[in-house]
Amino acid sequence: MSATTPEQAGVTIEATDGSQTIRLAPNYWPFVVPALVVVGAVIVFPWAFTLWMSVNSWTLGQSRNFAGAENYLRLASDPRFWESLWHTLTYTFLSVVAPMFFGTVAALIFDAKFPLRGLLRGVFVMPMMATPVAVALVWTMMFHPQLGVLNYLLSLVGIPAQEWIFNANTVIPSLVAVETWQWTPLVMLIVLGGLASVPREPFESAEIDGANAWQQFRYLTLPMIAPFLMIAMIIRTIDALKSFDIIYAMTQGGPGTASETINIYLYNTAFSYYDIGYGSAMAVVFFIVIVALSFILLMLRQRSQWIDQEGK
Amino acid sequence: MSSRLLNQIGLFFAALVIVSPAILFFLWMISLSLKFEIDNGAYPPILIPEHLAWSNYAKVFEENNFLLYFWNSVLVTGTATLLALLIGVPAGYGIARLKAERSAVVIMIARMTPGLSYLIPLFLLFQWIGILGTLWPQIIIHLVVTVPIVVWVMIGYFETTPMELEEAANIDGASSWQVFRLVALPIAKPGIVVAFILSIIFSWNNFVFGIVLASRETRTLPVAVYNMLSYEQVSWGPLAAAALVVTLPVLVLTMFAQRQIVAGLTAGAVKGG
Repeated sequence: MSATTPEQAGVTIEATDGSQTIRLAPNYWPFVVPALVVVGAVIVFPWAFTLWMSVNSWTLGQSRNFAGAENYLRLASDPRFWESLWHTLTYTFLSVVAPMFFGTVAALIFDAKFPLRGLLRGVFVMPMMATPVAVALVWTMMFHPQLGVLNYLLSLVGIPAQEWIFNANTVIPSLVAVETWQWTPLVMLIVLGGLASVPREPFESAEIDGANAWQQFRYLTLPMIAPFLMIAMIIRTIDALKSFDIIYAMTQGGPGTASETINIYLYNTAFSYYDIGYGSAMAVVFFIVIVALSFILLMLRQRSQWIDQEGK
Repeated sequence: MSSRLLNQIGLFFAALVIVSPAILFFLWMISLSLKFEIDNGAYPPILIPEHLAWSNYAKVFEENNFLLYFWNSVLVTGTATLLALLIGVPAGYGIARLKAERSAVVIMIARMTPGLSYLIPLFLLFQWIGILGTLWPQIIIHLVVTVPIVVWVMIGYFETTPMELEEAANIDGASSWQVFRLVALPIAKPGIVVAFILSIIFSWNNFVFGIVLASRETRTLPVAVYNMLSYEQVSWGPLAAAALVVTLPVLVLTMFAQRQIVAGLTAGAVKGG
């Protein structure tokens, strides 16, 4: 390809002489077409197939029948599905709130200048880059009720040993702790990007007017980084709803079904019971839940911007 | 002046506190991987053992076919990333120049879609075509992860590169392809590096596609390390060593390319899966 470069230079010289003045509007669509084809094959086709399968009754190895809304009605009356929906929402709520809090605090710290900032920030980002399954295995060892290091650490401060992921009551909070450990850095990075765009001047005048650090944060920083907080929150919500690796590798939805989220139940339905029709219907409903929640957050974001402008 | 110094020391310690869960976790991971069974079962726990169990690492490679799985991971991640760059970089360019903001929505929807909903139809399709025993199913489905990352990063990057050079080349009669190849692409190299790194990381880490699509010979590392669990009475040392082997390439890449990763993630805030 580089062999054409000299010719190219020749054309350029000719053109600057004014001998070629035809100017075509560049056509950019050919650049996008290959990606559209791949997206069509790998994303659109599966969706069309899933929608079609969701109105069929089909378990692998058996015959397929058109079933209409049967799968969806079955979902509505399936207590295990409602339970998994509840687990998903609890898990998601906690996995948004905790990383949002810690991520914002971390961003405020890393926005300032101090020794070894670059190195510490690099280490802070590592959990989100680490392979989730590998991380999950090590956390499982740390959660071990007898030999785990976490119960030992608790004993040092006089807290009785916990059963962590091995107890139905503590399994979701324990998984959320791992999720928080892994994904707080993403929130930090997004908020850090927001803080970098905050202008200095208002803070200088606030300082002169005698505003303390908390007031400056509450009335200047927070409103200015609000759009970034919303983006972080939307992304975190989507990712937490879809969380699979950590839960599957650590508990597979157990003990019993105590940590079975929709994603895990969907996996079991499709790939343990090979109930393709029912699994497809669940995938459709799951997707609707994700889109609906993201949409609500997007609306909130637009509304908050609107209120902002109203205030001015 | 001294109050500023005090302030800096305070910030340093605050940062140390917030980073400590990450530091302690990885330290403990290394510790687990270098201890013999006796030390891993000791109470109170031991951080640095008297005898280092390097044999744990040898065991991982000897007993579990890890070299094969490592190579599988390299092939799947490498091919999926190269294919994604090949189609994703031009796409990002086209979308940025067309100012087609709606296509960004398509990528957002791709992100919202749970990976499992791709898996059911594609699993059946691959089975029907008869390529389930090969690495191709995983390479193809990893495009779901890599293509959106590359396109997303490249849209952001091409939006910030100056148009003047491209317009000048246009006036001089260069075709759109020549403009892209000779003017836009060379400037976009840093953006491509960011897309490349992020695509590698999130493809390497992917687990869910592998557990469904991989057979015994086509496992990638995350699946292989998970499968070690299914053996009876697995010991902690080799398991932790295996976990470290799986994630070490990604962590090393993170350390070396920290600035690019931070830039890419703050701009696009992308994640695969």
